[in-house]
Amino acid sequence: MASLRNTVFGIMGAVVGLAAFQVNAAEEVNVYSLRQPFLIEPMFKQFTKETGIRVNTLFSQSGLVERIKHEGRNSPADLLLTVDIGRIQDAVDADIATPLQSDVIDANIPPQFRDKGHLWVGLTTRARVLYTSLDRVSPDAIASYEDLADPKWKGRICVRSGMHVYNIALVASMIAHHGDEYTKTWLQHLKDNLARKPQGADIDQIEAVSQGVCDLAIGNSYYYGKMLSDPNKADAAKQVRIVFPNQGDRGTHVNISGVALIKDAPNKDNAIKLVEFLSGDEAQHMYADVNFEYPVKPGVAWSDMVQSWGTFSADTLALNEVANNRGAAIRLIDEVGFNE
Amino acid sequence: MNNSCQHEDDPDNRPVAVTETFDPLRERSSGTSMHWLPRGQSGLWLIGAFFIALMVATPLVAVVYLALFPTENIWPHLASTMLPRYLKNTGILMLGVGIGVTLIGVSTAWVVTMCRIPGKRMLEWAMLLPMAVPAYIVAYVYTDLLEYAGPFQRLLRDIFGWQTARDYWFPDIRTKGGAIIVLSLTLYPYVYMLARAAFLAQSVCVLEAARVLGRSAWNSFMTVALPLARPAIVVGVVIALMETLNDFGTIDFFAVHTLTAGIFNVWLGMGNAGGAAQIALTMLAVVVVLIVAERYSRRRQRFHDTTNRFQELPGYELGPVTMFFAMAVCILPIVLGFVIPSLVLIYYSVGYFDQSWTPDFFEYAGNSLLVSGLATIVAVSCAVFLGYALRLFPQPLLRFCIRLASVGYAVPGAVLAIGVLIPFARFDNAVDAVMRDTFGISTGLLLSGTVFAIVFAYAVRFMAVSYGSIEAALGKVRPSMDDAARTLGESPWGTLKRIHFPMVRGGILAAGVLVFVDGMKELPATLILRPFNFETLATHVYQFAKDEMIEQAALGALAIVVVGVVPVIMLSRAISRSRPGHDGASERH
Repeated sequence: MASLRNTVFGIMGAVVGLAAFQVNAAEEVNVYSLRQPFLIEPMFKQFTKETGIRVNTLFSQSGLVERIKHEGRNSPADLLLTVDIGRIQDAVDADIATPLQSDVIDANIPPQFRDKGHLWVGLTTRARVLYTSLDRVSPDAIASYEDLADPKWKGRICVRSGMHVYNIALVASMIAHHGDEYTKTWLQHLKDNLARKPQGADIDQIEAVSQGVCDLAIGNSYYYGKMLSDPNKADAAKQVRIVFPNQGDRGTHVNISGVALIKDAPNKDNAIKLVEFLSGDEAQHMYADVNFEYPVKPGVAWSDMVQSWGTFSADTLALNEVANNRGAAIRLIDEVGFNE
Repeated sequence: MNNSCQHEDDPDNRPVAVTETFDPLRERSSGTSMHWLPRGQSGLWLIGAFFIALMVATPLVAVVYLALFPTENIWPHLASTMLPRYLKNTGILMLGVGIGVTLIGVSTAWVVTMCRIPGKRMLEWAMLLPMAVPAYIVAYVYTDLLEYAGPFQRLLRDIFGWQTARDYWFPDIRTKGGAIIVLSLTLYPYVYMLARAAFLAQSVCVLEAARVLGRSAWNSFMTVALPLARPAIVVGVVIALMETLNDFGTIDFFAVHTLTAGIFNVWLGMGNAGGAAQIALTMLAVVVVLIVAERYSRRRQRFHDTTNRFQELPGYELGPVTMFFAMAVCILPIVLGFVIPSLVLIYYSVGYFDQSWTPDFFEYAGNSLLVSGLATIVAVSCAVFLGYALRLFPQPLLRFCIRLASVGYAVPGAVLAIGVLIPFARFDNAVDAVMRDTFGISTGLLLSGTVFAIVFAYAVRFMAVSYGSIEAALGKVRPSMDDAARTLGESPWGTLKRIHFPMVRGGILAAGVLVFVDGMKELPATLILRPFNFETLATHVYQFAKDEMIEQAALGALAIVVVGVVPVIMLSRAISRSRPGHDGASERH
C-alpha cells in the first residue's frame, strides 16, 4: 500500500514539476479567439517580433466562454478575442472578464469603443452597409436601413441568415432606436422584399447582385475589400457600389471586434502589452491593410482600398445597448419567420 | 458487493448459477449455462462494463445538467416559436436521408456482395470512398458547380442565350432537397458497410434453401437476406440519421433550419448554452423514439445463423440490362459523392496552391492521425468490452447504461464538447484545490485542454458507431458457441479471444474504419477542447471554410480525404477476407 502511495505522489510530483516548468519556460500570452487564425496571425507575429513574447492561440467559433468559465481559476486564458459586441457581452455576463486598465489603451481608443468599466476594448469597427447594383439601381435609390422595408424593393434584396450575429446586431440597433413594434413591422416588410430565402455568407449576397438574382445586398464592409483583392471575385464586386446608410441622420450601424482580459489570467502583464500593441498605430494600420476593417484609433491611416470607399459617420448608439437588445432581436426574427 | 447480487437482481430470471453461498459444487452443477462464471473474473467484466458505460454517459449527464439550469430560461419562447418549425424541418430531412441512405446503401451492398460484375474487387472498397469527404465540403463543391456563376449554369446560358438569372428557372441546391441529396451521398457508406458485412456473414445455405423452395432471386432477397441483415442495416441507418441530426456545416450552408441550427442560434445569438442544451435533449428524444420504435418492431426476433456451412458466394450472373442498372447503381454514388468533389478540390488546390500550402500540413496531418487513431483504439476496445459484457450479463440496467452511453452521437459535437468540458474542469479544479490546500502547490489543469480530452470526446461521440457495428456482429454469433467453449473450460476472456474475435473480426474492423474516418472529419469538439496551437486538418480547413473560402480550404480538405481513404481501402480488404468460409479464414487456425 505504501509503495502505491509513493508511486501516486511520485507521478503527481512529476506532473506538478512539469507544469511549473512549462509556465516558466518562456514569456507568453494565451489568447482564446473567436476570430479565425489567419485574420489575426499577422498582428501576433509582429508583436512577437517586437517583444519576444510568444502568442499561443486557440480558435473556436463557439464554446470558448463556457470553457473559460468552467476552467475557472486554473484557466490558461489571458485574453478573449471576439468578432462582435454580443459575444464580448456574453463574456462579461458570464463574469469571466476583469478590468483592463491601461493609460496607453485609454489614450488610443475613443470612449465609445470601450466599456466604461474597462471590461472590454474594441479593436476594429466594421460597418453593416448596403451594396446596390451599378446597372439597375440609381445611386440615391436608398438612403437608410428603414428604406429596406419600402415595397419598391419587393423581390430585390439579398441577405444572409437573420440569425447571424451581424444581422442580430443590426436588428438590435433598430430596436434600440425605434422600439419593438416598429422593428417587427420593418422586419416583416424586409422579409417580404427578399429575392430568396436568407442563405450563404455576406460575399454570396454581393455575388447574387452581380448575377441579377437581386439588386441590393446587405453585408459587412470588409467583405467588399476581400472580394476586390481576390482576382476571381473582383469582377463581381465591381458590379456593385457600397452605400453607407443613414448618413442623413444617426449614421451607419457599426459593430466591433474586441477583446476582454480574463480573470485569473496567468500572464496579465503580457496580455495588457498585447492589447496595447493591438490598439497602437502599427497594428491598427495592419487591420485596415490586411483585413479591410476600420481602425478604432483616430488618426491611423486607412489603407488605400478602405479609403476609396469614402468616409461615413457611424451610429453613436452605445454598443452595450446593441448587446442588451440581442435577445429581443432574436425573438422578433423568429416571430416573423425571417429565415423561412 | 459481489456479483451474485447482480445475478439475483436479474429480472430476466435466466438460469442463475452463482448463489449467495458460494458452494463450488452447486456452481459446477449448473455449468451448462453460458452465465456460469468463475467468480473473480465475472465481477471484473461487470464492474468494468458499468464503469465504461458511466464514463461515456458522463458528458450526456452534464448536458442534462446544463439544460436544467440555464442562465436564462428561454424554453417558453423556444417551444412557442422555433421548435415546431425546426422539428418539422428536421423530420423532413431525416425522412429524406433515411430513405436515401437505405436505398443506396442496401442496393449497392447487395450488388457488390452477391452479383458477378466487372471491377467487383475495386467496387468493394470504392463504395466507401464518399465517407472520407466531409459532408459540408461536398455541399460547398456542388454549390460552386451548380450556382448561377458556376460552370454548369454558364454552359446552359451559353447554349440558350439567357442573360440573367431571371430569364430561366434552375433548381436551387441550397434547399432541403439539396441537403438530403448531399447528406445521402456522404452517409450511405455507413449503411453499405454494415449491410455488406451482414450479407457476407450470412450463410449462402439459407439463400439456396429459399431458391430451392421456389423463391425468385428478388423474392429470396426480400424475404430472407434482407430480414436477416435488418439489425445491421438499422444500425447503419440510425448512425446516418444521427449524423444528419447533428450536422451543422451542411444545413447551415444550405439554410435548412433544423434543431441543430436552432441550437447554434440560441447559443451563439443569445449566449445561452442552457437553451442550446435543452434543444439538444429534444433531439435526443427524437433519436430515442426512433430506436425504441425500431427495436419494438422486431422485439421477439433473433438473428443467428443456425448453420456453419459457408461456401463461396454464388456470384449471380446478370443479363446485359440488369448489369447496366447494377453498375449504374454502384458507380453513380461514387462519382457524385467522391470523384466529382475530389476533382473540384484538386482543381482548386492547384489554382490556389501558393496561398494554401504550408509545411505545417505534415504537423496537422500528424495531429489528425494521432487523435483519430487513439480514439479508434479506445472506442473500439470499449465497444467490444461492453458488447461482450452485455452478452455475459444480459441485464436491463447494464443494457440501459450502454444505450445511454451510445446516444451521445445524436448530440451535436459542440454541445457534447461542453458536456466533456464540465466534468473534466471540475475534476481538475478539485484535484488542484486539494493539492493547494495540502501541499501549497497548484496542479493547474491536468486533463482539460489536452489531447486526452479530445480523444475522450471522440470516443464518447463515436461510441454509437463502434458499439452499433460490434453489437450487430456479436449478435450473429450463436450463443451455443459460447456455451460450447465455456463447457469445454474456456474462461470468458478466452472465449472472447478464441471464439468471438475471429468471428466478429469484420465487425471490429468496420467499427474501426467508421470511427477513424469520423475522427478525421470531426470538427466542433476538437475546436472547443483542443490545447493551444493544436491544429488538425479539419480545424485548419474550417478557418477558411467558415467564410466559404472553399478555394483556400481545398488543399487541406484534399489532405483529409487522402489520409482518410488509405485506411478505408486497407480495412475494407481485411473485411472481405474476414468472411467465414473465405480462403483466408484458414489462416486463423
